[in-house]
Amino acid sequence: MIEIRDVAHRAGPARILSDITLDIPRGGVTALIGPNGAGKSTLLSLVARLEPLQQGRITVDGRDVGRTPTDRLARHLSILRQDTGLAARLTVRDLVGFGRYPHHKGRPGPADRAAIADAIAAFDLEPLADRFTDTLSGGQRQRALVAMTWAQGTDYVLLDEPLNNLDMAHARALMLRLRDMAATGRTVVVVLHEVNYAAAHADHVVAMKDGRVARTGPAAEVLTGATLSRLFDSPVEMAEIGGRSFALHHG
Amino acid sequence: MIPARLVWPAAALLALAAGSLFTGVVDLGPGALRDPEALRLIWISRWPRTLAVLLTGASMAVAGLILQMLARNRFVEPATAGTGQAAALGILGVTLLWPGAPLWAQMGLSSLAALVGSVVFLALIRQLPPTRPLLVPLVALIYGGILGAGVDAIGWQFDLLQYVAIWTNGEFSGVMRGRYELLWLTGALTLLAYLYADRFTIAGLGRDAATGLGLNHGRVVAAGLLIVSIATAVTVVTIGTIPFVGLVVPNIVSRMAGDNLRATLPGTAAFGAGLVLACDIAARLLRHPYETPVGTIFGVVGAALFLWLLHAKPRHAR
Repeated sequence: MIEIRDVAHRAGPARILSDITLDIPRGGVTALIGPNGAGKSTLLSLVARLEPLQQGRITVDGRDVGRTPTDRLARHLSILRQDTGLAARLTVRDLVGFGRYPHHKGRPGPADRAAIADAIAAFDLEPLADRFTDTLSGGQRQRALVAMTWAQGTDYVLLDEPLNNLDMAHARALMLRLRDMAATGRTVVVVLHEVNYAAAHADHVVAMKDGRVARTGPAAEVLTGATLSRLFDSPVEMAEIGGRSFALHHG
Repeated sequence: MIPARLVWPAAALLALAAGSLFTGVVDLGPGALRDPEALRLIWISRWPRTLAVLLTGASMAVAGLILQMLARNRFVEPATAGTGQAAALGILGVTLLWPGAPLWAQMGLSSLAALVGSVVFLALIRQLPPTRPLLVPLVALIYGGILGAGVDAIGWQFDLLQYVAIWTNGEFSGVMRGRYELLWLTGALTLLAYLYADRFTIAGLGRDAATGLGLNHGRVVAAGLLIVSIATAVTVVTIGTIPFVGLVVPNIVSRMAGDNLRATLPGTAAFGAGLVLACDIAARLLRHPYETPVGTIFGVVGAALFLWLLHAKPRHAR
């Protein structure tokens, strides 16, 4: 379980997060939703110790993220941020391979090679495996990065808007892979832009607004027309189509 | 067994090294190996010079590669981004303030100045928007230019411009037995860099990705800057700056083989060594028996290679 207690965060004079106290349950897919600037990405990077905690406490299965050595945490929790500009020219295989670095520290063994092959296969990267990352399209690069995070093989996987740049089919495939991961007992926390992906694939939803947690709970309870309309300050209707619930917000 | 793809580069490097032993003011024929006088010349002058060139070329190329990974920008190198100028400033300060300083103190203080210069450079470019990568080399040139102007101003003020010229225009004609051994330190630093190769590659993925993979990013940057600074300072003090090696060589290797340093760092070192040695041999031959500064030749060759690089299509892996 990820326990977040009394976390507040400022960037200069701006308050990004205030009074966040939240439990993210172990197992399953938890979606973070909310309008732009709600503080979802900041919360995710605090959990993943990418930014120092200014106030409050965060533990992952009892490990304090501020005090656990960073290399040990990397075998337990992985993160993919949304603004990963790849300056380095690596082959897809090498990039995915670096996901195993926390485990092998430069000397990959058979288990690492198997995990890399598995990640490449899971994200349909075999035809691209020997291409350099700077020759890929945005969506292909995004898939390679998610595969790298997958290869890291951690109990907790945090993803910040992983659907960026992905077309319909790859977005859906990615969400299904995340469900597979959750089915093996791992915990997936994902920031989602589009609430319909949360409706279709998330077990739990954390709704954030103005740096606070607005609602949290099982997906079916949080994703209601009234809650979403208030959350986004824009009319949203929930509808059942073919036994699945949809947020109608385009019209 | 040496893998087949390494045979030609290794043979070329050996041929260059052999050529270097037999190139110079005194003509040495094939009979030289039986002539004790000729062997003495090789032992005292040609062999040290050849080694000095190889060590300098390899370490400058690797230092450039490391700085490019840490700065996450391909268009910087220690010789123009302030590291070299700061090292010259350091050795100038030692010369002025502590004239009888022992060699280790000169080296140490010059390395320290180079380190400060590099840290300030990285701090400067951290403020730049990541969407404008070309601002980085511009800032590097301006920053290096200002530090270099400081070196010139102080050198002029205290009548030390001749020394300044020695530190800033690298050339190998003064290399002899007993006057280059410090360069072995750069060889050791290059080997050390290889041990850190994976960590430098991951640092090149950015601070967040490195932290996510369990790396202490600050410590990797510190280790990298130490290697770059000491290697640069040693080269400035013993040989002088040779610009463009750290820029051109890593870029060519990256174009052909990518940025996985575990795989490309040895090739970068070897290519740097070979290219500088080829330029140094040309420097000895061009106006025989006089010498052209190797930096000048490398500037021309490097510029030509760089233009070719910009216009050639990048090769896909394998």
